[in-house]
Amino acid sequence: MNRGQVRIVTLKIDGKDVGARENETILEVARENGFDIPTLCHMEGLSDIGACRLCLVEVKGSNKLLTACVTTVQEGMEVTTHSPRLDSYRRMTVEMLFSERNHVCAVCVSNGHCDLQNLAVDVGLTHITVPYLYPKVSIDASHERFVLDHNRCVLCTRCVRVCDEIEGAHTWDLMGRGVKTRVITDLAEAWGDSESCTSCGKCVQVCPTGALFEKGKSVAEMTKRRTFLPYLTSMRNGDE
Amino acid sequence: MSRTILIDPVTRIEGHAKITIHLDDNGGVEDAFFHVTQFRGFEKLCEGRPFYEMPSLMARICGICPVSHLMASAKACDALLAVQIPEPAANLRRIMNLAQVVQSHALSFFHLASPDLLLGMDSDPTQRHIFGVAQNHPNLARDGIRLRQFGQQIIEWLGGKRIHPAWVVPGGVSEPLSAERRDQILATIPEARQIAIRTLDWFKTVMDDYREEIRTFANFPSLFMGLVNSEDNSLALYDGHIRIVDATGHIVADRLDPTDYPAYVEEAVEPWTYLKFPYYKPQGYPGGFYRVGPLARLNIIEKCGTPLADQEWAEFRSLERGAVLSSFHYHYARLIEILYGVERMEELLNTPDILSTHVRAYAQPNRSEGVGVSEAPRGTLMHHYRIDENGLIQTANLIIATGHNNMAMNRGVKQVARHFIHGEKIEEGMLNRVEAVIRTFDPCLSCSTHAMGKMPMDVQLIGPDGRVLDSVKRDA
Repeated sequence: MNRGQVRIVTLKIDGKDVGARENETILEVARENGFDIPTLCHMEGLSDIGACRLCLVEVKGSNKLLTACVTTVQEGMEVTTHSPRLDSYRRMTVEMLFSERNHVCAVCVSNGHCDLQNLAVDVGLTHITVPYLYPKVSIDASHERFVLDHNRCVLCTRCVRVCDEIEGAHTWDLMGRGVKTRVITDLAEAWGDSESCTSCGKCVQVCPTGALFEKGKSVAEMTKRRTFLPYLTSMRNGDE
Repeated sequence: MSRTILIDPVTRIEGHAKITIHLDDNGGVEDAFFHVTQFRGFEKLCEGRPFYEMPSLMARICGICPVSHLMASAKACDALLAVQIPEPAANLRRIMNLAQVVQSHALSFFHLASPDLLLGMDSDPTQRHIFGVAQNHPNLARDGIRLRQFGQQIIEWLGGKRIHPAWVVPGGVSEPLSAERRDQILATIPEARQIAIRTLDWFKTVMDDYREEIRTFANFPSLFMGLVNSEDNSLALYDGHIRIVDATGHIVADRLDPTDYPAYVEEAVEPWTYLKFPYYKPQGYPGGFYRVGPLARLNIIEKCGTPLADQEWAEFRSLERGAVLSSFHYHYARLIEILYGVERMEELLNTPDILSTHVRAYAQPNRSEGVGVSEAPRGTLMHHYRIDENGLIQTANLIIATGHNNMAMNRGVKQVARHFIHGEKIEEGMLNRVEAVIRTFDPCLSCSTHAMGKMPMDVQLIGPDGRVLDSVKRDA
């Protein structure tokens, strides 16, 4: 895109006047200006889908809560990033993520380096008040180097997007609906049998939890490297 | 008219249990049972998990001896990788294992058993606990707490946290030891050694007061099993070969490969308890029952291997001509092992390559089956895993120290009950002795049934008509 022709708009975030380019999202502008909005499915360098609902914000004049990651700024907008209502919704969202699958931090490869765990701390989640579902889900350890543990998947689809948008393989996708949705490789085949997978490991690095991890990592040993992503993205986009 | 006494829960032990004592028409003890009333299922819930998670997963079996499970589990995983881990890593694991033995023995002796020894078996049960000890014998209580702290602190310095450290991994350990940490640990050793010596000296002076208990606390012939050092038959807690001796101290079996345990250990099941009964296969069930743990270890070795502990060991073994048979002496053996642990840690910390940064072997799984055996504070601990071609656990079998002692504990309860319980009226002190014999074994029932919860206890007096005549029940 040609930045030279982009108009500048002004808006208010939490009562503070800020300036932004008109094609920026609320999330981008908020973060540029030091406002903290929690996110989970958002990943710098990937497209946004507004799936996790953690970045919900209040916009004056709108009855609905809007996802900051996919809502572009408008002139005169008045955005609230934190309110008792937003805080309680965010906490509830994280609570439900924890209750939906089997997240056992203490014995997880990502313990201490987990986006979901950090989120729980950020939103002040101390207890789960909804019943756990305890689904019986599988582990796919058929890949030579990586493992997929559905118990820890939050369906953020970062793996799907990085594989499609950056690696260009589109090995990952979703299958099923609602609570039964699962990430799959190729046509729901074992990962180890996937023809399209290049074994680049980007999916593993962007995964927010221990759902995707490197084989042979012990508890709390899986730290993810993500700094490569913005560079790859700007290369794809032909940016300078 | 006969009846049953119920002690429920058994107190000052780790886990849930009850004891039933059946009386005959004349009020004499006909039979007695030690029931473990909890069930956990760790062997089942780990199925399908990647084997790399097993040490941490299995450590959750217990908050008191997580390190023991880490050791046995990591060794089973080493076997799956088919690697020999770097020697400094093995030594670091050994140090952590010794720290674990010291802190766990301190817990057993000072926190759980010492109220009986210091305040008396018949003392007021509302005062007969660690706080009662702290009030009446503050120095001894302080020593006990200090010694536990010593062990736990070393575990934290090595592994990052006191309970369930993730530092022990398949192939070795995740972080090498720094010179600073080593010196920190070394600096705490002299005090711990002093406490161990002081407590041993004190224990030997009061032993005479407990002649009746020594004579009746699970004092009978049995086999004794444990690991001994493969090189010099000294005390070995991390690795070695299995040796079995009989009551006369003669070696029944030696240089058994611990990973080959199914060849000589089998487990029997009884309908009235969740805890299985392992026995030595060649001698059958129930004749082939054996004891494990500190008493057994000191009975099977030829020396401890450290100077001060060796002196104490020689004195200990002179108690009897053959093996030391009274389970009361588990306490004594525990104190000697604390002293050994402190001395041995110092030796290991001074090995030249202890600071080596090469502390982990990496490999893909190279075998589909792995067995890890080590000595937990309570005795021989066995982890046995089978994995599929992707490294996911298919089956796990755990034989826990307390399980090995199950038969001996049951017989011990019977022996004590027969000796101390007569007639209709049951004195609290009688029942406390029934519990105290269990405490000598320092059972960890949460571990051995792979179950959850703490240990309340239950004693029941049942008549021949099956009527519960009297019961003493206590909450945890």
